Amino acid sequence: MSEAETVIRVRDLRSQFGAQVVHDGLNLDVRRGEVMGVIGGSGAGKSVLLRSVVGLRQPDGGKAEVLGVDLSRAAAAQRQAIERRFGLLFQDGALFSSLTVAENVALPLKEQYALPPELLDPLVLLKIRLAGLPDSAAHKYPAQLSGGMRKRAGLARAIALDPEILFLDEPTSGLDPIGAAHFDSLLVTLKRALNLTVFLVTHDLDSLYAICDRVAVLADGKVIVVDRVEVVERFPHPWVQECFRGPRARGARRNQDVA
Amino acid sequence: MSIEGHVQLAYAPDGASELCLLGDWTLPHLQRCRAQLLALSSLPERWQAQGLGALDTGGALLLASTRRARGLSTDINSLPGLSQEARALFAMVLEQSEMVAPAAAPLNGFRELLARMGRALESQWLQTRELLGFVGLTLVTCGLILTGKRRLRWTSTVFHMEQSGLDAVPIVALLSFLVGSVVAFLGATVLGDFGASIFTVELVSYSFLREFGVLLTAILLAGRSGSAFTAQIGSMKSREELDAIRALGLDPMEMLVVPRLLALLVMLPLLAFLAMLAGLAGGAIVGSLALDITPGMFISRLYEMTEVRHLWVGLSKAPLFAFLIAVVGCLEGFKVEGSAESVGRHTTSAVVQSIFLVILFDALFAIFFMQLDV
Repeated sequence: MSEAETVIRVRDLRSQFGAQVVHDGLNLDVRRGEVMGVIGGSGAGKSVLLRSVVGLRQPDGGKAEVLGVDLSRAAAAQRQAIERRFGLLFQDGALFSSLTVAENVALPLKEQYALPPELLDPLVLLKIRLAGLPDSAAHKYPAQLSGGMRKRAGLARAIALDPEILFLDEPTSGLDPIGAAHFDSLLVTLKRALNLTVFLVTHDLDSLYAICDRVAVLADGKVIVVDRVEVVERFPHPWVQECFRGPRARGARRNQDVA
Repeated sequence: MSIEGHVQLAYAPDGASELCLLGDWTLPHLQRCRAQLLALSSLPERWQAQGLGALDTGGALLLASTRRARGLSTDINSLPGLSQEARALFAMVLEQSEMVAPAAAPLNGFRELLARMGRALESQWLQTRELLGFVGLTLVTCGLILTGKRRLRWTSTVFHMEQSGLDAVPIVALLSFLVGSVVAFLGATVLGDFGASIFTVELVSYSFLREFGVLLTAILLAGRSGSAFTAQIGSMKSREELDAIRALGLDPMEMLVVPRLLALLVMLPLLAFLAMLAGLAGGAIVGSLALDITPGMFISRLYEMTEVRHLWVGLSKAPLFAFLIAVVGCLEGFKVEGSAESVGRHTTSAVVQSIFLVILFDALFAIFFMQLDV
């Protein structure tokens, strides 16, 4: 995939909250078909980067393009057309609490394409199964689900429109190690079957080793290194060294060797 | 540019008929793709995907379910010519779309109706019991504070006095003033026909001192402070802060409920008194502008004709209303569970319940005072 198309392009991004500068001249490219992991310490601006890329936040400088369009500046019609082509999984699923899981998944399908029930219902059920949920979860409300199931339901909604790019905001945080590992393998399966590009914000080292093709490290307001995780872990930056040489990293690497 | 998905019957080199799938089988074209497949009365066993454009889960599901419904084999090899990605997708869809979920059991309308009535009745009963239990718990906590076994949270109490008392002064005063002038206008219209427009003074003073002053204040505070209590405690509950209070060995009744109750118990009578004054002022102004009753006359008539017991009748109801509003507001907050949606639902319920209870008790009081002849 050396010369694959660039689907996400961030150039000289600047984000600031009052006097606090979070990003200062941040650059990042994500190529089609890869799983890009974005890591960084708390407050390094991982979630802010994700929100800037998908156009939920207006950058204070520079630009962030998805599929060649700067979403925060695009006209409404153009933005909608692009938004249909990516899926977004929020940290706690962000499911609509007054709708059941099935209605949550059906909502984007119904809004974008007027599908009759005999096409819609099986498709919704299929997405729920693809996200690894049992059929019985379809008619439950988000409040009746566990945290892990809510994330899966959020994933089912994110893949409802068969997106090309999937944005994930810390998908494995708050999950037990087994649940997190299942989620990782689910992502790999989905990525292969649906031919997804994945933009993954995480601080879970296991996920980095298990599923990411490349890893971008956020520190000092910039992306300090982007490469395969084996290369990144040798990068001479204090945060990277502390992160990848700490006791937790050794565990994650050991798992990787076993797998 | 995407080409709409369509089908074509053709003959393979070996003479067998096959169905050629052409164009894009994706969500935007799904309905017409389905119509095309349905239009064909018989489908050949062999399908050819050589000319297939894009395929997404919707399209793959349509192909898989059509093959299954028509009794054709659902093997991944039954669709030659798929690209590698489409093949992986089709395999996954085939695997996951196997069983169809059972439809929900049909509902019996009449039985549903009965069940719903029963549920509503039961929940009403449970709610009443819960409210009585909570009243008891609140009184016990107050007793413990009086005997010095629990602390009274002064800071919190004063804070809530400001929030639900002092901050409500403008709205309570303005509203009572307006209602007072409206009552005076009514009096002017009706009593003027009998040449008794001077009795407008009694109309305004009786109604405001006995009823409207305290009732308007209570309804306003139910909407303003009762709902705020529910929302505050409810959002704490949904973020597990109440559990944290208990886990730290503290008492939520003491920390959250008693200060709010005390604040309303002190502030509602004061606000009610203010509302009475504002209502009388409204009546006096309408009197002087529209009825030629000068403010001086208004005051002297008020002084002569209206006994002070009416004021006490009105104010005696204020503490009970304050208690009802605070207890209902706090209890609904404790009943919140899970999502933010639940906070909203219980806030609404708190306002409806406390206004209902306030008016109900006001009616009971009216009967009670009538029997007492005060």
